[in-house]
Amino acid sequence: MKTTKSNLAFSRRNFLKTSALAGGGMIIGFNLFTACKTEAKPSIDIENLNFNDFNAFIKIADNGYVTIFSPNPEIGQGVKTAMPMIIAEELDVEWDKVHVVQAKYNKKEYTRQVAGGSLSIRFGWDALRQTGATTKQMLINAAAVKWGVDAATCSASKGIITNANGETLGYGEVVKEASTLEVPENVKLKKPSEYTIIGTDAINVDLDKIVTGKPLFGLDYKAEGMSYASVLRPPAFGQKLESFDDTETKKVTGVTDVIKFGDKVAVLASNTWAAMKGKKAIKAIWSSDEKLESTENHDKELNDILDGNDFTIRREDGNVKKAFTEADKIVERTYDSPFLPHNCLEPMNFYADVTPEKIHLVGPIQTPQWTAGRVAKLLERKKEEIELEMTRMGGGFGRRLYGDFALEAAEVSNLAKKPVKVVFSREDDMTDGIYRPAIKYRIAASIKEGKITGYHLKEAAINSNMYDLIPNFFPAGCIPNYKVSTKSYKSDITTGAWRAPYTNFLAFAEQTFFDELAQELEKDPVELRLELLQNVKNTTDDKIEYSGQRMENTIKLAAEKSNWSENKDGVYKGFAAYYSHNTHVAEVAEIELKDGLPVVKKIIAAVDCGIIINPTGAINQIQGGVLDGIGHAMYGDLSFKNGKPSHRNFDTYRLIRMNETPEVEVHFVKNELSPTGLGEPGLPPAGGAVANAIHKALSKRLYKQPFIKELQNSKTEVLG
Amino acid sequence: MPTYNLKINGKQITVTADPDTPLLWILRDELNLVGTKFGCGIAQCGACTVHVDGVATRSCQLQVALLDKEEITTIEGLSEAGDHPLQEAWKQVDVPQCGYCQAGQIMTAASFLKQNPNPTTQEIREAMHGNLCRCASYNRIEKAVAMAAEKMS
Repeated sequence: MKTTKSNLAFSRRNFLKTSALAGGGMIIGFNLFTACKTEAKPSIDIENLNFNDFNAFIKIADNGYVTIFSPNPEIGQGVKTAMPMIIAEELDVEWDKVHVVQAKYNKKEYTRQVAGGSLSIRFGWDALRQTGATTKQMLINAAAVKWGVDAATCSASKGIITNANGETLGYGEVVKEASTLEVPENVKLKKPSEYTIIGTDAINVDLDKIVTGKPLFGLDYKAEGMSYASVLRPPAFGQKLESFDDTETKKVTGVTDVIKFGDKVAVLASNTWAAMKGKKAIKAIWSSDEKLESTENHDKELNDILDGNDFTIRREDGNVKKAFTEADKIVERTYDSPFLPHNCLEPMNFYADVTPEKIHLVGPIQTPQWTAGRVAKLLERKKEEIELEMTRMGGGFGRRLYGDFALEAAEVSNLAKKPVKVVFSREDDMTDGIYRPAIKYRIAASIKEGKITGYHLKEAAINSNMYDLIPNFFPAGCIPNYKVSTKSYKSDITTGAWRAPYTNFLAFAEQTFFDELAQELEKDPVELRLELLQNVKNTTDDKIEYSGQRMENTIKLAAEKSNWSENKDGVYKGFAAYYSHNTHVAEVAEIELKDGLPVVKKIIAAVDCGIIINPTGAINQIQGGVLDGIGHAMYGDLSFKNGKPSHRNFDTYRLIRMNETPEVEVHFVKNELSPTGLGEPGLPPAGGAVANAIHKALSKRLYKQPFIKELQNSKTEVLG
Repeated sequence: MPTYNLKINGKQITVTADPDTPLLWILRDELNLVGTKFGCGIAQCGACTVHVDGVATRSCQLQVALLDKEEITTIEGLSEAGDHPLQEAWKQVDVPQCGYCQAGQIMTAASFLKQNPNPTTQEIREAMHGNLCRCASYNRIEKAVAMAAEKMS
């Protein structure tokens, strides 16, 4: 088991540089993960910070106020608050004197400026602490010089430096001197017991603006002379544009240009409504959709894969074949998931102004660096000519990793020779998605003499298979004969990451399968998990991703807080536990029956994510992840017919709403280990916990999402 | 294009627009009141909720030509200093994740609490069910509405 994953090596020498600011104060530039070039100097021009060598900045004004330019994109996961909290903790300033600003992407290198994989905090933890602590030491050194005393006799707390005589100086009073000193090395980091900011509730830094409706999001961004663009795209995946007639479009008041690019047509107008109306008025002829893909074909292709023998083996322990041959009993189940759109509430949008001199891009994007590179390549321009600004994002869930909308904006602006904001309608957003791919799992286990002796997981997925870490998740290391096999089917339908990729469905399949195994073995499901975990506790296999001990602690906490072993009349409980994104989570679902249908009343979640930076933010992430997991397991459904998605808007596509949401109670395992991700790991166990509770209530096993369809089908059977 | 006289957040405003333009886009594109959000365009998500004579209304379905003397209130005009009890409760509970839907949630809640100042939990859950929150911050929305109701009563 690996224990030091978060300790990414970074050289301390030169990782941080300082400059005095012309208007007073100092600026500290640092690079989160790499040493800066020796000649690098942070810009003293706040409006035009140099992000070539530094990817984040701290400004300390001469009044002691601190501005932190937060480097990572904010999609609602709270890093814009949590990352600066870590710096402020070690810098030792009061949180209410800290102002957080979203950093711009600027020109060349931007190391890991990505929101995804619940990685921001995990990768930033060491570097952010070092940055804060080094800056603090530099300020102490400056005060010591000013006083003519040994720096070792001085200390600092809450933005005030104190010497042995009890004299004090504020950080702001020594910034000028500090900016001329050498950057100290080997600074001491605080012990977790000394934290005063980390572990306290800090409300979302954009909260005031959010509740008063101030411009924050990509869709709110405006620039002088900007046109709004609505883009007509092929209605079916794999379809081509043959011709179009824009006579009616040009009659719409406000429409200025109609531009064809590839198989798409952009309608530019002076306002969003005119652009959308103009797009609807285009009469387009598309190539035939007769031979395009349908869910029916996908089902057949994926079932053929599962029935076949042509797999890539991703992990194999012991001898699975032998275990299955010698078994007393084999349990085998197949699980089905649909495609899912992301449905960020802020539809995809992006601003681009392409001029001969430069390319200015603004909008909500999870991958600024990658997207800037792709725009440069598309327009055959230098990367240095691109300036990309990130806005707050109205949800991400993986969709905003893919800069297709930014590329469209750049292409349209380039052709129209004017600044353009591309705005997706909800229909565009849902039907031109980069979806969670449909996946099927077949899991088989062999049982001999009351023990699980073998386990074989097969994955058949649209377009791509599970990432390399997943075969090393539970139950790898717990079952002696263990195998994971995968194969994909190439489709025209665009697919990609969706909150907790792969595990968002795999966890449901696996955790309901273990519930069935427990039933088969006549064991309590929690006891079965704990028993299996004993086998992995002392493993020497460093490929194993999760910790048997931490999973056990998490499961025990969930069992305790939910009174797992106690029965309540009319309440049915289901259990699931899952490790993903370096975080261990266990969940207990409580459901009741209403008119024969299950109602999820409460979820008790236990989480081990190491040190909690911002408890209010952490609880919010877990609550959101759990409800997202339940909502999509219950209702999420997208299929295809002749290349066309089955839903276009929220009138038919069902998302979970307030009157359908249970209370989510969150408990954290307390320890002093490095913090891990929170944006994703709450989601995977939720569907399994609910399905297992439904089984308790209705004696019905669910093998397919969305549950609502399965339950309605079975209800009809009963009634009919 | 015809012109329309609107009363928005207490101010008399004249706009020029096509008659079928939804109030949503007048607010966002013409008047720079971008707190009112676009989510679905078919009155299913609630992100565009404003008050028309105090009643929560989906601005994406409200054509400008149909407006006459109605008093329109947007999130920007809900309170002078951003201190409506709901806005205060939202901050105290730290409701938002991405934050995109929250203005619409607050506007729905404000209109609801005027009609029902002492709601039960179930009434809050039913009243708010037309507003989607894709981040599913529902537990906290529920808590914040209850907290504001208590303060206001």
